[in-house]
Amino acid sequence: MAQLLQHLINGLAAGTIYALVALGYTMVYGVLKLINFAHGDVMMVGVYMGYATAFALGREARGSLLGIAAVFAVAMLGCALLGFLIERFAYRPLREKPRLTALITAIGISFALSYGFQLDIGFLPGASPRAFPEIIEPTEWLIIGDRDVVVWNWQVISFLIAVGLMVGLQYLVFGTRFGQAMRAVSWDHRVAALMGIPTDRVIALTFMLSSGLAAGAGLLYAIKDTSVSPLMGLYVGLKAFVAAVIGGIGHVPGAVIGALVLGLVEEFVVGYAASSWRDAVAFGFLILVLLVKPGGLFGRVAAEKV
Amino acid sequence: MQTPALPLPESRPLVPPALRGVLPVLLAVPALVLFQWALSGSEFASYLLNVMGVNIILAVSLNIVNGMTGQFSIGHAGFMAVGAYIAGYASLQLKEVALSFLPVAASDQVLFTVALLLGGLAAAACGFLVGLPSLRLRGDYLAIVTLGFGEIIRVVVQNTDAFGRALGLSGIPQYASPSMVFFWVFLVVLAARRLASSSHGRSLWSIREDEVAAEAMGVDTTGYKVRAFVFSSFFAGIAGGLFAHFVPIINPGSFTFVRSMEIVVMVVLGGLGSTTGAIIAAIFLTLLPEGMRSLFGALGTEGSLAQRVDQIRMPIYGLLLVVLMLSRPQGLFGTREIWDVLPKWLSRKGGGRA
Repeated sequence: MAQLLQHLINGLAAGTIYALVALGYTMVYGVLKLINFAHGDVMMVGVYMGYATAFALGREARGSLLGIAAVFAVAMLGCALLGFLIERFAYRPLREKPRLTALITAIGISFALSYGFQLDIGFLPGASPRAFPEIIEPTEWLIIGDRDVVVWNWQVISFLIAVGLMVGLQYLVFGTRFGQAMRAVSWDHRVAALMGIPTDRVIALTFMLSSGLAAGAGLLYAIKDTSVSPLMGLYVGLKAFVAAVIGGIGHVPGAVIGALVLGLVEEFVVGYAASSWRDAVAFGFLILVLLVKPGGLFGRVAAEKV
Repeated sequence: MQTPALPLPESRPLVPPALRGVLPVLLAVPALVLFQWALSGSEFASYLLNVMGVNIILAVSLNIVNGMTGQFSIGHAGFMAVGAYIAGYASLQLKEVALSFLPVAASDQVLFTVALLLGGLAAAACGFLVGLPSLRLRGDYLAIVTLGFGEIIRVVVQNTDAFGRALGLSGIPQYASPSMVFFWVFLVVLAARRLASSSHGRSLWSIREDEVAAEAMGVDTTGYKVRAFVFSSFFAGIAGGLFAHFVPIINPGSFTFVRSMEIVVMVVLGGLGSTTGAIIAAIFLTLLPEGMRSLFGALGTEGSLAQRVDQIRMPIYGLLLVVLMLSRPQGLFGTREIWDVLPKWLSRKGGGRA
């Protein structure tokens, strides 16, 4: 029983981080109908930015609340800028082209980033993983029984941050003028443009928002995993993407629920079966969901127009 | 009054009709034997040719699904893995067996062919499984399922004792030779070209252009999509089997998502739908790293730079995809073949597919 509870907690903690990355996929897909394959790699770049900032701050400053805020701010703003550049120069010129071209471009950017960061030329970090500095010292926050169930402070902190960001995002999409514009663009960006909505600006802002979120999520992941590597984006991004599709891509609460489900499924596989099967189970679960509900759990399958 | 029947035009085909389908094969086999004999000195050249041939088979076969049918599949390395492991395993089991009525070398090649076919058929069965979801999924979603399937295959292989887990299979007899590899290259190209202009191929093209319209015109879209997957994965499995028989060791690391993407880059660079484009891109992308390596070696720069060529390759592939999509989204040849692009006086066929 205690073991089950512990797995539940770990699964939820993993799920919230997936959820934050998955939200970025879902927002971009919702607005642009584009699977932004490079999302996970933007996250990875954000983690490296945070890593560099934490080192620049030095040992004393990085533990303080201000230091943590600085690490998060630099990573999130830097990533928002990166997201803007990618959108402006790689995706915007292709907006009226078939969707496949944009998907291939996204895969190309993903490769350029994840493998470019493996080179050790100039400022690039090289292929080997590095230890992420402890900006939040891990402590056991809640212990039940004789260490039967342990909740770590980073689990609670990331859970709170994640929930806060999700609520904020839900408010942004459904409670503000910008969110209204986003939804209009997602419905039909040509008509939205005719109605006077600055579609380019809305799409660019959506990209910046999703990239910034990715950086935040990546930092939480790095705190949990205590390591950074150029390939982390490829795998975390893939998992988060799977989560977004399970929930029905384009659906904000769906992405969160999909991510939590995926986190729990993975945790239970690792806990009760074999950890080496984790990736296969994630994808198997995805295929199963898609076969039963082709649009994901909460998604709709739009009838295709001829 | 009866008009006299018009005399039939004098049509005496050069080749009797019964032989026409087999003729290219009959011509190819001796040519390949000569080719093999000419190469027999150089180990590196034959290794390079093997790699090139395997890449051509992979690119041409993926082109059937991605290019002709328009179903974006990004898990081709998974099918290759199935072929490589099944064929490799079969060869390991058959290693001690010899067909007594044949000379040893010939007997080995027969067993090798059997192993290859087993690998190809196993991959085709997997292709059938992956093709089935295309019944309900379209576009991006199907791409994700193929990606997931490729990863699942890798994890399954990694957890199977018979396949050596993460260590992989070693000691597979090194039967593959450029003549064998290019015999299969020849078969896949022949099959792809004949498919492209057949009525099956027309149905595939119609699905690529507009699936809903094709269905409305009575094309059995699901059936054709599944068939395209089966056909393409059969050849991917063969390519995997060939690969397993000239590299000293196969392990799950050879068949990752990255490998799939390399094949996608070949198809996209050549032009989605162009068989000759896929061939040229596969040759180019196989030779490019080798060329860069020897160039850096010849320039006398320090050895580390030559080693970096492999590192630089993947980011360059990524950027290549982006630049290509921005500047020439249809790839080098689009859906045209090379003889459509060459000047008229050079090409043997005028016009061709628009």
